[in-house]
Amino acid sequence: MPADDRLSRREFLGRAVKAGASLAVAGAVGWAAWDPAGPGPSESGPQATALPDFSVSTAGPRMSIARGADRVRNLQAALRAAGGIERFVRRGDRVVLKVNAAFASPPMLSATTHPDIVHELARLCVAAGAASVVVTDNPINDPASSFALTGIGEAARRAGAEVVLPEERLFRPLTVKDATLIRNWPVLVGPLAGATRLIGVAPVKDHHRSGASMSMKNWYGLLGGRRNIFHQDIQTIITELAAMVTPTLVVLDGTTTMMTNGPTGGSLADLKETGTLIVGTDQVAVDACGAALLGKTPSDLPFIAKAAALGIGTADYRSLAPVEVSA
Amino acid sequence: MKIRTARRASQIFFVALLVWFCVVSTLGDRFWQLRGWPVNWLLDLDPLAGLATLLSTRTLYSGLLWGLATVGLTILLGRVFCGWLCPFGAMHQFVGWLGRRRRKMKERVEANRYRPAQRIKYYILAAFLAAAALAPFGAGTLLIGLLDPLPLVYRSISLVVVPLADRLAGPVISPIPRFYEGAGLIAVVFGTALALNLWVPRFYCRFVCPLGALLGVLGRFALRRIGRTGEGCTGCLKCERNCEGACRPTGRIRISECVMCVNCLDDCAHGAIAYGTRPSAEGETLSPDLRRRGFILSTAAGLVAAPALRLGASTGPNWDPDLIRPPGSLAEEEFLARCIKCGQCMRVCPTNVIHPAGLESGLEGLWTPRLNFRIGTSGCQHTCIACGHLCPTAAIRPLSLDERRGSGSFAARGPVRVGTAFVDRGRCLPWAMDKPCIVCQENCPVSPKAIFTREVFTPVRGAASLTVARIEHRRFVLAGAAMGSERFGTGDYYALLPDGTRLRIAANGPDWIETDRAPAAAPGATLAVLIRLQQPVVDPRHCIGCGVCEHECPVLGRRAIRVSAENESREPHHRMVL
Repeated sequence: MPADDRLSRREFLGRAVKAGASLAVAGAVGWAAWDPAGPGPSESGPQATALPDFSVSTAGPRMSIARGADRVRNLQAALRAAGGIERFVRRGDRVVLKVNAAFASPPMLSATTHPDIVHELARLCVAAGAASVVVTDNPINDPASSFALTGIGEAARRAGAEVVLPEERLFRPLTVKDATLIRNWPVLVGPLAGATRLIGVAPVKDHHRSGASMSMKNWYGLLGGRRNIFHQDIQTIITELAAMVTPTLVVLDGTTTMMTNGPTGGSLADLKETGTLIVGTDQVAVDACGAALLGKTPSDLPFIAKAAALGIGTADYRSLAPVEVSA
Repeated sequence: MKIRTARRASQIFFVALLVWFCVVSTLGDRFWQLRGWPVNWLLDLDPLAGLATLLSTRTLYSGLLWGLATVGLTILLGRVFCGWLCPFGAMHQFVGWLGRRRRKMKERVEANRYRPAQRIKYYILAAFLAAAALAPFGAGTLLIGLLDPLPLVYRSISLVVVPLADRLAGPVISPIPRFYEGAGLIAVVFGTALALNLWVPRFYCRFVCPLGALLGVLGRFALRRIGRTGEGCTGCLKCERNCEGACRPTGRIRISECVMCVNCLDDCAHGAIAYGTRPSAEGETLSPDLRRRGFILSTAAGLVAAPALRLGASTGPNWDPDLIRPPGSLAEEEFLARCIKCGQCMRVCPTNVIHPAGLESGLEGLWTPRLNFRIGTSGCQHTCIACGHLCPTAAIRPLSLDERRGSGSFAARGPVRVGTAFVDRGRCLPWAMDKPCIVCQENCPVSPKAIFTREVFTPVRGAASLTVARIEHRRFVLAGAAMGSERFGTGDYYALLPDGTRLRIAANGPDWIETDRAPAAAPGATLAVLIRLQQPVVDPRHCIGCGVCEHECPVLGRRAIRVSAENESREPHHRMVL
């Protein structure tokens, strides 16, 4: 056999081995990845996740109403009457303040939580020994602009709190138990991860669709996605939001109330000095009390009765014997 | 028999098979219509479709497993697929042969010399595969369908050649001539690809074809190959006269370019070309002639392709509501990771409502299926699931009838919705023009109907205030009226009496109105002629977006009821109502 024939044979064998190996790899990959049926219907299996319960069992049901023209003093007085911030925030707590920063409008228009309230509450939490205070919301207007123009961002940072803007990665799909609307819906859970306390801080506002925007409606700002689809059933979504969040405390600032053209307002003529700030552990009771500031009764606002029926709180706030103080 | 004859027979067979498959993708009960023919088989054999969707979805769907046969054939024998099976390759070869058969030997050898530009096809392949590989991470897209020869030739035959031939012949294949929006561009691409063979033979195969590139890479270990034997060669170059791959059999042969046309075997008069296991006497170049820079550049281009194409948010908030996908289509990003733009859904659609898209879904969505309800015979039939069962990549899932209609075990889920119909109240005849119509409501095929009507009675212009002169039995004789005779006798008109009763008008003359009951009014009373209108309203809970209403709407230009993609099942983000 000539030398080049042997060479040729060796080369052929090498080639055959490589070809065989390629065949084996291609066949194995193809077979392993073979999907004879194709994709099925997209499964939107609801995640059974729930938000943690942020209530403080040792604090008991608390509610207080402070009256006065100065909102910061109202807040201080109401918290004192409710047992002091220390009753709700302890050393080492990681506190989240869910403010209403929905619109990029200045504080004087009262469409958003007043920065003075944010500052004072954050300061009190820090003073009570909170390890961290996070201020967050998913505004309707551009988030950065909203936190800037409302003054909330600056006020929070000045008090030693951190502002968390609603980045996409901070949302997770969430399903509220027995809910019909909040099913597999993106919720701003990122800032709540690791938090031990959650305080809702909302202004009292007229809301053209639902009747009022107060503590319960304030949780709308935790929703992501095209959440305005829920305006088709606003009373139910507010009720489900209240069912979704069990806060440590809610602060409802009715020192100034937006009486008309809510929730954006836009004119000082929409505002009225109502000189009241309510603090409580029961968001339903707090909103039931706040309704009066809008010249309404709790029965004008169906979400209050719906939430009460679900046992989220009581519509009869007087049964909680709220402490009323003048600031 | 010469081996070249065998090759030609094979090519003719596969071209005929392709045309047959395209023709029989027709709804009907004749032997030449849908009778279980494996009409996707040539697409299934395309390992580029298999590999690219494997990268983009991590699965190999159904018939695409056939691609392994081509892979195996290529690994063992080289690019036999290109030279013997590929119908597009056969067409190129035929056109090239037509254009060159009288040319001089020297010219023909020159046309078949290797050109460095032949590496471009590998760059195209690299870019396409890179783009596909990112799809599972949400940053990729499937682009192969643009240039992959099998989807290209399928859609060209199905959407251009068959409809044109059918028009010339009769029609015989489709009783109503088929239209395809956007087919012009497909024709231009197809025609250009074929015409380029007059410049360089197998232009597409040599420079463009990403499938040829893939097979060129796979064929490097082929056991038997074309090559020069050590003896006999006189350097006459006859072997390069008809060399389809431009692989240079006289010199150091480029194995990755050889399409196994075997012309050199038959053309060599000196027995100097052999098909065997021994390497070519002049040596072999196994790997494609790539430049590192070109390879990196094209791969990088593929990697950024989808993110760059989607900067316009076409799959995000800027989605096009006019892009209505066939029922069963996956959510847009998953859809774009699968669709190879082969046109099978468009070919089979019995009502001819599926069309190759333009740029509604961006450049990457060119020639993907889109419903156009103005064309075709009757919207998207809600009892039809043909497209998903033909789709070779499950970009349109194969639905069961139950799933499509939301019956049986799918009752809780409801029917598959492709969009929602919206009444354009400024164009709708009963809404805007006081004309009775409701063709849309009558044709709404779902049960309960998604279109219901509101009944209103509106005074007729010029007959809103008529004074009764006297009453004769059921007839009002009117003072000073001059109406068109029989204008109000259609059954849609009513006389409104002062006491609020409405009597249907049975007939009228220039100055009288006859009603269907004896009127209770006195001379001197004023009455109005009303027209009864039924104004259509869409109930989004029941509308599936089938477009029958849009198809039937008598406002033929811009229809007065139109479907857009809101509320389509495949994209939860497009939900419009709770």
